[in-house]
Amino acid sequence: MSAHTTVTTDESAEPKIFGVVGEYATPHDLLEAVKAVRAAGFSRIDTHTPFPVHGMDKAMGLPGSKLPWLVLCGGLTGTASAIALQWWMNGYDYMFRIGGKPFISYQAYVPIGFELTVLLSAFTTVLTLLAMCMLPRPYHPLFTHARFARFSDDGFFLSVEASDPQWNEAKAKAALEKAGGQHITTIRDISET
Amino acid sequence: MSAASRVGVGALTPEPLLENNPSLHDVTEAICAPVELDVAKTPIGWLIGFVCALGMLGVFLGAVGYLFWKGIGIWGNNQPIGWAWDITNFVWWIGIGHAGTLISAILFLFKQKWRTSINRFAEAMTIFAVICALMFPIIHTGRPWLAVYWLLPLPNQMSMWPNFRSPLMWDVFAVSTYFTVSLLFWYVGLIPDLATLRDRAKTKTRALIYGIFAMGWRGSNRHWQHYEKAYLILAGLSTPLVLSVHSVVSFDFATSVLPGWHTTIFPPYFVAGAVFSGFGLVMTLMVLAREFFGLKHLVTMRVLENMNKIMLVTGTMVGYAYAMEFFIAWYGGNPYERFTFINRMFGPYWWAYWTMISCNVISPQLFWFRSIRRSIPAMFIISIFVNIGMWFERFVIIVTSLSRDFLPTSWGYFRPTLFDIATYVGTMGLFFTLFLLFLRFLPMIAISELKGVSPHADPHAHPPANGATGKENH
Repeated sequence: MSAHTTVTTDESAEPKIFGVVGEYATPHDLLEAVKAVRAAGFSRIDTHTPFPVHGMDKAMGLPGSKLPWLVLCGGLTGTASAIALQWWMNGYDYMFRIGGKPFISYQAYVPIGFELTVLLSAFTTVLTLLAMCMLPRPYHPLFTHARFARFSDDGFFLSVEASDPQWNEAKAKAALEKAGGQHITTIRDISET
Repeated sequence: MSAASRVGVGALTPEPLLENNPSLHDVTEAICAPVELDVAKTPIGWLIGFVCALGMLGVFLGAVGYLFWKGIGIWGNNQPIGWAWDITNFVWWIGIGHAGTLISAILFLFKQKWRTSINRFAEAMTIFAVICALMFPIIHTGRPWLAVYWLLPLPNQMSMWPNFRSPLMWDVFAVSTYFTVSLLFWYVGLIPDLATLRDRAKTKTRALIYGIFAMGWRGSNRHWQHYEKAYLILAGLSTPLVLSVHSVVSFDFATSVLPGWHTTIFPPYFVAGAVFSGFGLVMTLMVLAREFFGLKHLVTMRVLENMNKIMLVTGTMVGYAYAMEFFIAWYGGNPYERFTFINRMFGPYWWAYWTMISCNVISPQLFWFRSIRRSIPAMFIISIFVNIGMWFERFVIIVTSLSRDFLPTSWGYFRPTLFDIATYVGTMGLFFTLFLLFLRFLPMIAISELKGVSPHADPHAHPPANGATGKENH
């Protein structure tokens, strides 16, 4: 985490700008700042906080997460494969009579049907979560910001990214500052030089 | 939230979750401190504990190594008592794991904020306890590397498939699913805290190792949004899962026709007992850890008292189940069933039965008294009684029923061998080795979750103008 990359000296030789970031004192300030920065016309914004801030999804105008639907698909796959597995193995491929029990006994399939539903749902949840967050991601331009490490302690950061359709560095900085931001810094993407 | 502001609200205001309202930074510091100690400053108590645990782990490896060499005949179980300490220990360890899932999943769904100070700790215990539990069914096959074909549906040269109509097969799936899902849940919860440790790392190696496991977490709200959903879903999945695991474990017994086993009360009775025993061990270890690592302001008396209340409830449920088993044995009119229960009380294993009753039914009733619920020595001792009692419960169920079933000619008496004892003590070594490593290298309290329930996290309650928001160190 090297701080020297964020020093702004000359334009021409410098890496591409990723965006600007400001720091806020409390979750409340951050929430208000998000509202203000959005009102100023910026939409490619993100916050970085030590814990999820209540009401932030709404303030940022994020649509609901689609994750549960994928988990449902994963879970149903689990149920279906458990039923098919047991039915085919004990009912057709390798039939043997134990204790007079029928070869195909749906009652007996319930526990494993349930367990595989849960197992596949859990795997889908975690893998979908990582995919939706595009993690693992060892490098991110924000990690070059010297103060950014505080996000996992007690820092509340708000970033406006240069990919924003309304992008204007000066205006973005002004918006962050007006909302009470401190240590407002331009972040450059050193991976794209 | 000064002390003055609380005056006048009256006695109905709950005790604060965290003592002295620590700032967010204080929370990070307190929880990271034991993890970030220099190697040279490793607490001597930890080192002693770790060496003892490693010694016991050595006993375990020795006992298991000899078993693989010689065969499972070195254990004391034989006809008619084909299951004895091995499955007693298995059920005991699995049960201990259940408290972790109850705390992390069920109390999360019920929005019990106090759970945040103990959930990481209890979830770690779950994982380590399930590892210990899994040792027994794996070892008792004698040659586990050959047993995979009948434990799992793996294609093999004999073209055989396992019998899915057997509860033992359900058990394989239930316990391995339980372990996997608990591990995933635990890891997802750890990601933000691993990022904290990465960001605070003083050396490159630490930053690299924690960084790899934190996977580049940057606290983005676009991530938190999915993360919270995923966490909720994992909690929702774990809740029926934990209820199913011990139910399936109880099916191993309940689907047989043995007197004392063949009963429909087993699934709920096993689940209540599992939660009861798990809370017992969480309490035993938490009382020590919070004292030792200076976390008393984060794991407050309120939390401990709540845990004691849960032990009281589940202990009473277990007592009710014991009584109901007796009632049904009498009311059901089955002479074998009736004999089994009288035999439990007054037969050759009377000592195990009465140990179970005094530890599990009588000792938690002391928690009706507030002073005992809030006394550290009392709760520590009672929690140890609970651990002992719950081991004896499984022993009583398994061994008394097997030792005297239908035909007096095939009765027997079980005595453990040295290897039974060594394997059991050895799994404790395995558990404590893993647990002490966890205490030293991972945050034992969920940092991010604890911050999330602290008053500083509420974006609505604190108008920033009065400056009392706890963000002094800016």
